[in-house]
Amino acid sequence: MLVYLIRRLGQSALVLVVMAVLVFIGIYAIGNPVDVLISPEADLAEQQATIARLGLDRPLWEQLWLFLVNAVQGDLGRSFVHGVPALRLILERLPATLELALVALVVALSVGVFLGLWAGLKPDALLGRSIMTGSILGFSLPNFWLGLMLILVFAVLLQWLPAGGRGETVDLLGIRTSLFTLDGLSHLLLPAITLALYKTSLVIRLARAGTREVVLQDYVKFARAKGLSPSRVIYVHVLKNIMIPVVTVVGLELGSMIAFAVVTETVFAWPGIGKLLIDSIVNLDRPVVVAYLMMTVFIFILINLAVDLLYSLLDPRVRLSEAGA
Amino acid sequence: MARTAEPLLRVEQLETQFFTRAGVARAVDGVSFEVARGEVLGLVGESGSGKSVTGFSILGLVDPPGRIVGGRVLLEGENLVDAGERRLRALRGNRIAMIFQDPMMTLNPVLRIDTQMIEAVRAHHGVDRAEARRRARDALGRVGIPAPEERLSAYPHQFSGGMRQRVAIAIALLNEPAVIIADEPTTALDVTIQAQILYEMQKLCGESGTALVWITHDLAVVSGLADRVCVMYAGRIVESGPVDAVLDRPRHPYTAGLIGSVPSRNRRGVPLAQIPGMTPSLLALPGGCAFRTRCPNAEADCAAEPPAERRPEAGRTLRCHHPVGEAVS
Repeated sequence: MLVYLIRRLGQSALVLVVMAVLVFIGIYAIGNPVDVLISPEADLAEQQATIARLGLDRPLWEQLWLFLVNAVQGDLGRSFVHGVPALRLILERLPATLELALVALVVALSVGVFLGLWAGLKPDALLGRSIMTGSILGFSLPNFWLGLMLILVFAVLLQWLPAGGRGETVDLLGIRTSLFTLDGLSHLLLPAITLALYKTSLVIRLARAGTREVVLQDYVKFARAKGLSPSRVIYVHVLKNIMIPVVTVVGLELGSMIAFAVVTETVFAWPGIGKLLIDSIVNLDRPVVVAYLMMTVFIFILINLAVDLLYSLLDPRVRLSEAGA
Repeated sequence: MARTAEPLLRVEQLETQFFTRAGVARAVDGVSFEVARGEVLGLVGESGSGKSVTGFSILGLVDPPGRIVGGRVLLEGENLVDAGERRLRALRGNRIAMIFQDPMMTLNPVLRIDTQMIEAVRAHHGVDRAEARRRARDALGRVGIPAPEERLSAYPHQFSGGMRQRVAIAIALLNEPAVIIADEPTTALDVTIQAQILYEMQKLCGESGTALVWITHDLAVVSGLADRVCVMYAGRIVESGPVDAVLDRPRHPYTAGLIGSVPSRNRRGVPLAQIPGMTPSLLALPGGCAFRTRCPNAEADCAAEPPAERRPEAGRTLRCHHPVGEAVS
């Protein structure tokens, strides 16, 4: 187990380095930030001074080397626009996105597993079929459109919920969160639903397929032959087996929810890292874009590791061996 | 053999049918038998003869599109066919238990053995976890699992096939049921393990007076284990009686065919006899006697109507127009 962890961490470090090089070179290829940062009226000397200050006059390999050396020390550069460390900018915005993604995940898991289980147990019932049809809708609706429609109905027509922004927040262990104020929750609801809908549909389909397979297994019949109650059979014997594929897929999807909440955050003006990314791309704020991508890779690695560990908890047949990874 | 007046389990004219798109399959078609306390009944037949469905019907575990459409299952005088799901649940695993064919599939792979055993105790008895665990440990010990205390915390995949079947048997024995239905429990096991398990089942049931319905296609198993035997073909019991009488002097051509196709040391080098043809599909049974298309004794009247059950001698039943050893009329 420990050897497995060390090996995984080593691999993760390698992935981070490779990613850093790719991201840095990729970002170098798009546009010249100086054009955006300096007013057109500035004279040549001023321009030269700015370029030298930002280090943009040095050759690519030297810039890359400097970036890597600083990155190892936790310094991903300063934002050209805001003049503060890019990493700090991202960490400031990260809680908002994490909060959004986690709430969406909880919604997707609880609603999806419940509906999927139901549809799997009663595949021929009207409700079971309706759930499956609904999940196709959930797959196909574009994220931004759904967000706009929710705003239209609940914020504009009914005026029950706010249309955008984050609302009131409180500090919890130094992290700003809107989970504990009514105003914050009301702001969170619509974007979370928007972000969760696709994942919910995914979980419904996974849970339904798993349920239909598991209920046919001998061990379910044996559990019934033991005289167990239906709820014990479903919520212990069936549920634990269908959670294996669900956790695997949802774990990977959590990463993509955090990294690509961009559209939802833009529609709802949610001050998370997705919105920060869009703003930074528009302003050619290279350090922030790079830092964002590095943070995304880091989160993905972390989640994959967590999924693997969780997987071995759920399925006793999975051993985290030293050889495999 | 000493028998009490009222049998523990009596099955009367049981009918279970599967309503499929292709038609109605009469998987169990008027099956009757009874088992007394401490008795072992062998239920023999080929694949698809309806013997497993008979077992599931007794416990009320037939899944749609299957349904019990007629007959009675009397367990200690109580009709299980009319019993509600709640009452059935109270009896399953408590008064009547079942062991399945494939030990690799019967235990839930993601739950520990103790979880799966303790829940079986606590579903029927209001005892605390410690007491339930103690009973589980004792049951494992009784079926010959070494170091039962440690094995309780193991997962099914850490056991071999034979050990898993012992665990399944231990679960069936947990609440000391009156009847155990064993659906080919040794088919998937090595011959040596098979012999051990047969011996232990016989011993355990003999000690506790548990009646045993042993479903199998293996006549050798039946001859060594059962007191009486029922031979099933296409959903019906075609012949039944004390195991020695039926195996030594089979009357139904199907029983005779089954016995003839068992390999024997005495007939080395002689081509093995076999019953021609295959088990017919339950959706397209031949009219009259279902066996007539494969039967060496078949005559014109076999197609006319299905043979009624008769009693050629005391304690035996037979459904055949032209039994073995009877002069052709």
